[in-house]
Amino acid sequence: MADPVLSLRDLDVRFNSDGHQLRVVNGVGFDLMAGQTLGLVGESGCGKSVTSLAIMRLLASPPAEIAGGEVIFENRDLLKLSKREMRELRGGRMGMIFQEPMTSLNPVYTCGSQIIESLRRHSGLTGKAARERAIELLETVRLPSPEKRVDDYPHQLSGGQRQRVMIALALANDPTVLIADEPTTALDVTIQAQILDLLRDLQERTGTAVLLITHDLGVVAETCQAVVVMYAGTVVERGDVSSIFADPQHPYTVGLMAAVPRMDAIQGRLTAIPGSVPPPWERVVGCRFAPRCPLADDRCRNERPALREIAPGHEIACWKAPIEGVSATGGQS
Amino acid sequence: MIETILNRILVSIPVLFGVLFLGFALVQLAPGDPARVQAGPTAPPEVVEQIRAEMGLDQPVIVQFGKYMERLAHGDLGRSLISNKSVTSELAAAIVPTIELMVASLFWSIPLGIAMGTLAAVWRGSLFDRFIMAISVAGVSLPIFFICLILIQFLGVKFPLFPFIGRGGPLWTMEGLRHIALPALSLGLIFIGPVSRMTRSSVLEVLRLDHVRTARAKGLPERQVILRHGLRNALIPVVTLVGLQIGYLLGGAVVTETIFSYPGIGRLAVGAILSSDFPLTQGTILALAVGFILVNLIVDILYTQLDPRAQKT
Ligand SMILES: Nc1ncnc2c1ncn2[C@@H]1O[C@H](COP(=O)(O)OP(=O)(O)OP(=O)(O)O)[C@@H](O)[C@H]1O
Ligand code: SF4
Ligand SMILES: [Mg+2]
Repeated sequence: MADPVLSLRDLDVRFNSDGHQLRVVNGVGFDLMAGQTLGLVGESGCGKSVTSLAIMRLLASPPAEIAGGEVIFENRDLLKLSKREMRELRGGRMGMIFQEPMTSLNPVYTCGSQIIESLRRHSGLTGKAARERAIELLETVRLPSPEKRVDDYPHQLSGGQRQRVMIALALANDPTVLIADEPTTALDVTIQAQILDLLRDLQERTGTAVLLITHDLGVVAETCQAVVVMYAGTVVERGDVSSIFADPQHPYTVGLMAAVPRMDAIQGRLTAIPGSVPPPWERVVGCRFAPRCPLADDRCRNERPALREIAPGHEIACWKAPIEGVSATGGQS
Repeated sequence: MIETILNRILVSIPVLFGVLFLGFALVQLAPGDPARVQAGPTAPPEVVEQIRAEMGLDQPVIVQFGKYMERLAHGDLGRSLISNKSVTSELAAAIVPTIELMVASLFWSIPLGIAMGTLAAVWRGSLFDRFIMAISVAGVSLPIFFICLILIQFLGVKFPLFPFIGRGGPLWTMEGLRHIALPALSLGLIFIGPVSRMTRSSVLEVLRLDHVRTARAKGLPERQVILRHGLRNALIPVVTLVGLQIGYLLGGAVVTETIFSYPGIGRLAVGAILSSDFPLTQGTILALAVGFILVNLIVDILYTQLDPRAQKT
């Protein structure tokens, strides 16, 4: 496995909203390796989208403020680039797919022209060549009859088809990094599987490094090589998919795994983690998971555990790790 | 497309009919006696009565209206009681000046209003934004005749830059342009406020949408994001607003033409009403109603051009 193409170091993002300062992302860090798919998982509201938008510098500021950290891409800190330099990368060597396929395309332009716009911007393609490349891209994302669809408006396509167009758009200029923010959450289950298949395929063919954001560990198991588990704006566990799935250590990860719908968990025996995420305005001194953690003790509530390596390629932020006998199956019984 | 247009025209026929009937009835209620106008002020009462019978004015309104519609179907709008010219020729002479006035006022005010609104949205909260919004509120709340009088006072009398009486000729001549300047300025001003405010709020709303984020994620320069992915979408409600304001524009044209003695449909209408020139009044109502319907049709077509979702597939 090669060098990291994208590295986050201690990313801090805050929202300043009417006097409050919400610390939404706290010291998040990870390495995305070349040719790898990294899964970023966590419950709704834990800061996955904010993290990904911060990487692309697409957060509106105000209210958002990137208060610290580094985002290293091609040996440069993206957070220090000028707006112009950043625009050069966006849509070029960094592509992004969003959570909302229904609204992510502009309704007043054809799908083709929205792809061509990006081709013209980064690859300098114009006229016929750009159109042909757009059709080719739509073919790559397996949109049926692409030479007709290229002239369709987004409202003429279904959600899954629109997401394919978005993928084509994100891949238009052969990016080195693709950020996919829950690309399937808004879609039907069957379509979800198709889109994930497509992403896996394209990843293997192009070798693009993919940051796949999801709240579904099942998706991670099938698609990713590495995984970062986020909880309430912090990383609680990260490592190779194989080691984490074989031996999940953080109580939150264990809970998440128990919540993964499995084929054998027929009669709705999903063990959701009781309680809910602390709101970002709450100042938490100790471990953020303590209010929901079955193992929490006084130390947990008063001291923040840092990430530390418990096995090669497997880090965890929990005082109790490594614990024997805590596993996904244990959580499910 | 053609089908939509034909549909719209069909739908507007009852509207036209209604407007004509209403106009007809209102003219009956208005003070003034067309028979007396026709007979002249010194004619004896018997003559006036005789003329009234000749004109059919002694019959019930509904019968009169029926006869009017019958003549209208043959393209006959009657003759002006005052000038004795055919109403058709009177209207024909006034229609071009009015269209010129509309075009001249919209030509500068709509683009300016859109530009002001867009900049105000982009620099939201800035001094410029507040300035623009203050101007537009003032523009909305000032009555049109007041704007006309102020412009005459300053640009016509105090600093006599432009003439303020009549029409100097066709729009493409120098005199025509000079004469239309003040009326077009006044009439256009009433559009600046609504258009810039609507554009501002519409652009602000669109810039929050997901597809704008996509445009940024493509690495497009901010100017392109705002114009191509913000303003372009924001224009859809602005066009609707302009469509809704057309009646306001026609009303404004009546006032403006009258104040500037500009020989258009509006002034013709006011003159006809004041002199109880019954056929001519009815003719101008017809012209204004048709104009209203036509402009709405144009706005509708423009709307479907702007919004692909409104096109039938
Ligand atoms: N513009 C904003 N102003 C204030 N708070 C915000 C803003 N955008 C996001 N947040 C907060 O940031 C937190 C993280 O949001 P984020 O969208 O990153 O969650 P997520 O992990 O992507 O969740 P989901 O799975 O639902 O997409 C949430 O608590 C949210 O309330
Ligand atoms: S540090 Fe304590 S509270 Fe936090 S996850 Fe570990 S055991 Fe639970
Ligand atoms: Mg999200």
